[in-house]
Amino acid sequence: MVTTRERRGPVGYRPGAASKGARAATFIALCVLAAIFLVPFYLIVRNALATDAEITAPEWMWFSSSPRWENLTDLFNDPMVPMARSLLNSGVVAVVTTVGTLFLCTTAGYGLARIPYRHANKVFYLVLATLMIPSAITFLPSFVMVSSLGWISDYRGLIIPTLFNGFVTFLCRQFFLGFPKELEEAARVDGLGYWGSFWRVVVPNSGNFLAAIAVITFVGSWNAFLWPLVIARSPDSWTVQVALSTFLTAQTINLSQLFMAAAVAILPLIFVFLFLQRFLVQGVAQTGLKG
Amino acid sequence: MAVSAEAAAPEAGTGVRAPRSRRSGRRRTTIAFWYFVGPFLVGMTVFTFIPVLWSAYLSFFDARNTVTPASEDFVGLDNYVRMLQDDAFRDSLITFTVFAAFVVPLTFAASLGLALMLNRVRLARAFFRSVFFLPFACSYVVASLVWKMSIFNGVRYGMANSILDIFGIEDVPWLFDPSPPWYWLVIVTLRLWIQCGFYMILFIAALQQIPEQLYEAAYVDGAKPGRQTFWHITLPQLRASSVAVLMLILIAAYQAFDEFVNLIGNQAYARPPLVYLYYSALGTQQDLGRGSAGALILALVIAIVTLLQGKFLGFGKTEGR
Repeated sequence: MVTTRERRGPVGYRPGAASKGARAATFIALCVLAAIFLVPFYLIVRNALATDAEITAPEWMWFSSSPRWENLTDLFNDPMVPMARSLLNSGVVAVVTTVGTLFLCTTAGYGLARIPYRHANKVFYLVLATLMIPSAITFLPSFVMVSSLGWISDYRGLIIPTLFNGFVTFLCRQFFLGFPKELEEAARVDGLGYWGSFWRVVVPNSGNFLAAIAVITFVGSWNAFLWPLVIARSPDSWTVQVALSTFLTAQTINLSQLFMAAAVAILPLIFVFLFLQRFLVQGVAQTGLKG
Repeated sequence: MAVSAEAAAPEAGTGVRAPRSRRSGRRRTTIAFWYFVGPFLVGMTVFTFIPVLWSAYLSFFDARNTVTPASEDFVGLDNYVRMLQDDAFRDSLITFTVFAAFVVPLTFAASLGLALMLNRVRLARAFFRSVFFLPFACSYVVASLVWKMSIFNGVRYGMANSILDIFGIEDVPWLFDPSPPWYWLVIVTLRLWIQCGFYMILFIAALQQIPEQLYEAAYVDGAKPGRQTFWHITLPQLRASSVAVLMLILIAAYQAFDEFVNLIGNQAYARPPLVYLYYSALGTQQDLGRGSAGALILALVIAIVTLLQGKFLGFGKTEGR
């Protein structure tokens, strides 16, 4: 793969080095687009801190003159929406899913990439085959499986079936294929087996990659809707997305509270994005596109 | 998946072996392999392979409210026939087709456009990248909530109608008008907003891989930077990524469920296959036999379309890289 890092040379040939005017125009266009992209976030905050009367007023209001923070306490005190419980459920599900996926998929990916076993090829093709089946197609059969295990409205049903992620395993295998062999050989000389060298040498040296996978898995799990909707039947087991959706389609809606709930639901991920964006970007860029 | 063609041949790594007898060494690597891969494979068998086979089995039975139908409930291909004759199911396939026809090219063009624009500016590049990527943190449920209750709520105080008001245009009912085109605008913009940034990042990574010398050489040969270099260098160089991105967008579109359920619900005028299957198989009827047949038909359609798209776009040809 050619990676050129030389950014010098005659000016003018580069697409990035268009004329000053063109660049300024691009910059202005980007500013406008950025503002548009931020509008939904602005609306969430505006509505979350307003009263219903202010939201539904015919005159457009940019921001409530007296932010109503009570919406937050009202939300958590509302017996109709199990907000605290659903946040807890989402947190537990996302954290356990991330840890479990990471453990299962990195070990499987490493085994497929590095351990010379006669039938490793066949096993790998099996994993690849699951990538061809869109996960949405399997929700019905998986639901059948989970219900016969008695895991409906249960953490086990929400978490365990999502752990065996063929795509993450595939990414891990690709990554470990490119892991420097010398390091493992040194570990082997020191008397470590596959298991030992994986945990003591490979994992500690793959921090960035593992962080990227972890962040992507966490975001996916927190935002998942179809699977929790199918599995979490009783309100006690709702994740935050299911709770929000129920709230949204309810007959009577308290608008400001609804938006406060949305704000609370995206807050954890906004933090993840702000602090771990480097890993996310890197992880997304690695989503198999480099072949 | 887009990546599989090149990756399909795993290298049997020449691992370093302990200098024991060959046979016991091989046995130990076999054991080690199953240590690593075994738990994953068991889980995948239980939660993917068995359910898919089981569902194929159910699709031949009259399985209402049950996952273990009695043998006299065997109905052969009835479920398939009924599903294919079902107008609602066929409508859902049409809904999906229209949806994909909008979403796939628009998402592709928008994310490539954003990536090219970002590649052009120096100032605040990281900031812009973050802003465009941030919607990816939003779930479809939250975005649907904002779209339905605040931007396109169809009444006076909604944001879209407030803006139209400025230009003296009458209020539009958006989602609440069961005839196209307005609800499509709501659904498509929502998905665009969430997904653009994600694919933009893929394109930015790909753009950085294009060797600078190509542009230099083109310049020397008298190509005009801009349109000419875009069509003759940038786009061809992005081919592999473009094919992959198109596949990813299409596959994601098949899974469209969240925004349709939350924006429109179980309405016949805009109901993609998954929503229909969800309500018919898990709703009041719990007709798992028909639902399974529908899922398998859908899987078949997806497989065919993916193959056709692959063939059409020349996926699988190896390019000199």
